[in-house]
Amino acid sequence: MRHRIFGLILKELLALFRDKRSRFVVIGPPLIQLIIFGYAATFDVNRIPYASYDEENSGVSRDLLARFEGSRVFRHWGRIHSDDELAKVIDRKEVLLVIHIGRNFSRDLFASPPARMQAIVDGRNSNTAGILLGYVGQIVVDFNASWLPLHGIKPPPAVLQPRAWFNPNLESRWFIVPGLLATLTLVVSIMTVGLSVAREREAGTLDQLLVTPMTPSEIVLGKVIPGFLVAMGEVTLIFLAAVFWFRIPFVGNLLALYVGLAFYSLATIGIGLTISSVSATQQQALLGSFFFLSPAIVLSGFSTPIRNMPELVQWLTLLNPLRFALVVTRRVFLEGAGFAEVWPQFIPMALIAAGSLLGAWWVFRRRVG
Amino acid sequence: MSFAPMRLGALWRKEWIQIWRDPASIGIGVVLPALLLLIFGYGISLDALRLPIGVVVEKPNPLTASFVAGLEQSRYFAPHPYGSIGVAEEAMSRTKVEAILWLWGDFTRRGLREGNAPLSLIVNGVDANTARLMEGYFQGVWGQWLDWEAKTSGEPILTPVDVESRIWFNPALESRHYLAPGVIVINMTLVGALLTALVIAREWERGTMEALLSTPVSVSEILWSKIGPYFVLGMGGMAVSVGMAVGLFGAPLVGSLWVLFLAAALFLLSSLGMGLVISTAFRSTFLASMVAVVATFLPAFILSGFIFDIGSMPGPIRLFTYLLAARYFVALLQTIFLAGNVWSVILPNLAALFLMAALFLGIAWRMSRRSLE
Repeated sequence: MRHRIFGLILKELLALFRDKRSRFVVIGPPLIQLIIFGYAATFDVNRIPYASYDEENSGVSRDLLARFEGSRVFRHWGRIHSDDELAKVIDRKEVLLVIHIGRNFSRDLFASPPARMQAIVDGRNSNTAGILLGYVGQIVVDFNASWLPLHGIKPPPAVLQPRAWFNPNLESRWFIVPGLLATLTLVVSIMTVGLSVAREREAGTLDQLLVTPMTPSEIVLGKVIPGFLVAMGEVTLIFLAAVFWFRIPFVGNLLALYVGLAFYSLATIGIGLTISSVSATQQQALLGSFFFLSPAIVLSGFSTPIRNMPELVQWLTLLNPLRFALVVTRRVFLEGAGFAEVWPQFIPMALIAAGSLLGAWWVFRRRVG
Repeated sequence: MSFAPMRLGALWRKEWIQIWRDPASIGIGVVLPALLLLIFGYGISLDALRLPIGVVVEKPNPLTASFVAGLEQSRYFAPHPYGSIGVAEEAMSRTKVEAILWLWGDFTRRGLREGNAPLSLIVNGVDANTARLMEGYFQGVWGQWLDWEAKTSGEPILTPVDVESRIWFNPALESRHYLAPGVIVINMTLVGALLTALVIAREWERGTMEALLSTPVSVSEILWSKIGPYFVLGMGGMAVSVGMAVGLFGAPLVGSLWVLFLAAALFLLSSLGMGLVISTAFRSTFLASMVAVVATFLPAFILSGFIFDIGSMPGPIRLFTYLLAARYFVALLQTIFLAGNVWSVILPNLAALFLMAALFLGIAWRMSRRSLE
């Protein structure tokens, strides 16, 4: 029996890697995606084009504006001189931000503070708008802090001293790339394992398999093990790229990461096989994978926090293995977690794996009988 | 190159019958967009509310109490008091709280005597975006508290310069309003590329494409017969998406509907064209759909400016985004939905979409013609 399964595994791996194009699909896209998305998927803002609209043009206003020019977050686009121009540059997306200093700025500053400085922001991308307003606020706070002692005024009773754990410079790449490790593995294993049964059924080779002395559980195992090998190979490839190419700090326990991702791979393979065995054609299997993949990626916490979702949707995410895998990868990578911290995440993944693999086996047996 | 309306009509009928008999294409065309819009609309939100924050006050008194009260009033934070910093750090490492506010024992004494007492804020930086938003919200709480302290204590106003922010097009910064148009882009990308990649690659795989090519029908007739019905399906999906975005998620539609649909038509043509190119090049359902997903769906999600700001991406990737039709469509939709008919944004982007559509359809035409010979 062991011999027969081994033969099946070999056949499965050969089918995947012999064809030049399908070999490329397994190796190429995940790496390309990792590189492109690792660089592109960033919430960090920099080089934000802004225009200055200084109606006063005094020493103080120039001093304040100079602080924006010195920031690496902002890039000075130019000066504007009227409200019409202001509307135009924002509408046309020439700039995302206009700093407006009114005519009475320095008089207000000395005679009746606070003097008002306007920040006009393009809200079409609300996340960027929110973050860049934070930077504007920070620059003004710094300006205030250095202005007060120069003019002999008592500083405010308290100042903010923020400090971040695990990711001191708040680089979103550190958040996204470990996330891609789990997300890309999901895409690859669903797409390759998930389609394999349907493809064999369409090509008629499944019937050939079924007339051999092999039992349905052997055939299912013959699909699961190669899928698992491919998924773990994928994990290793992406892990190496994350650590050596993107230089994401890896401070946790490597074994905990691999054990976690092994449970996760089994869960994704189980789901892929279930989809594959209930669909009659490749096209249906593909659609099924799609109907699973897109919500699974969106509702996982990969790009937006689960906490922001409606409660009902939050409950739904408990069925999503990616949700737990993301916690494992991020905590092990950045927080230095080991088995003690992440083992609770293994349980739901193991349950999903067991449930979906049994489901796939059951569907398969019924279809055969 | 011959072009007979009769033949094209017959081919269209054949396609429609095929679509009608195969529920999968209607599924992709209409059900998938509706489902995706629901998932994205409810699932994606970058508006962090009621973030759990641990509060450690080493020596409670009126000054610290007034700050904590300000924190409790903010809709962005849900404070949990902890007895000591050790317990709070333990809670943060178990991800019970996302941040810790730590007021040291000498906070009040230093604050009242010399000022600048530190409000120590420790955030969990793993989710950098949330952490940064949190720091911004916290700054807001701090600013309000300073104003309030200044008023009640009768001391001179402590802030020399105050920022007054005006957010155009989306004053409440509701992320759903800017994400809804983006979701439509993802929908249309999927519909266009996946639909053609699946359906046409299958025809190549089964050999029915060759059978069609050997009839007197011309290549351009076959292409138009493939594009026509799926174009209609895709526009149906667009109508469903726009209806849901406006009706269900309350996205404002400031610009005109016809500009919106013109943009959608051009985008759909370019993504149908891309689907044709992919399926002609790969000729296998498995490969074509794999490539369609990798080449269209994921870039539309990540590289189009839908969630991540293009201007902040590294130079080479920024250049690469110019090759993506989704980029132009996102810019168009965000402007049409939130800002209105700003022609100086709309016209160049429409022109770019037109070029992309012409390019892909042209490549598809050449590729299928060559495969005839």
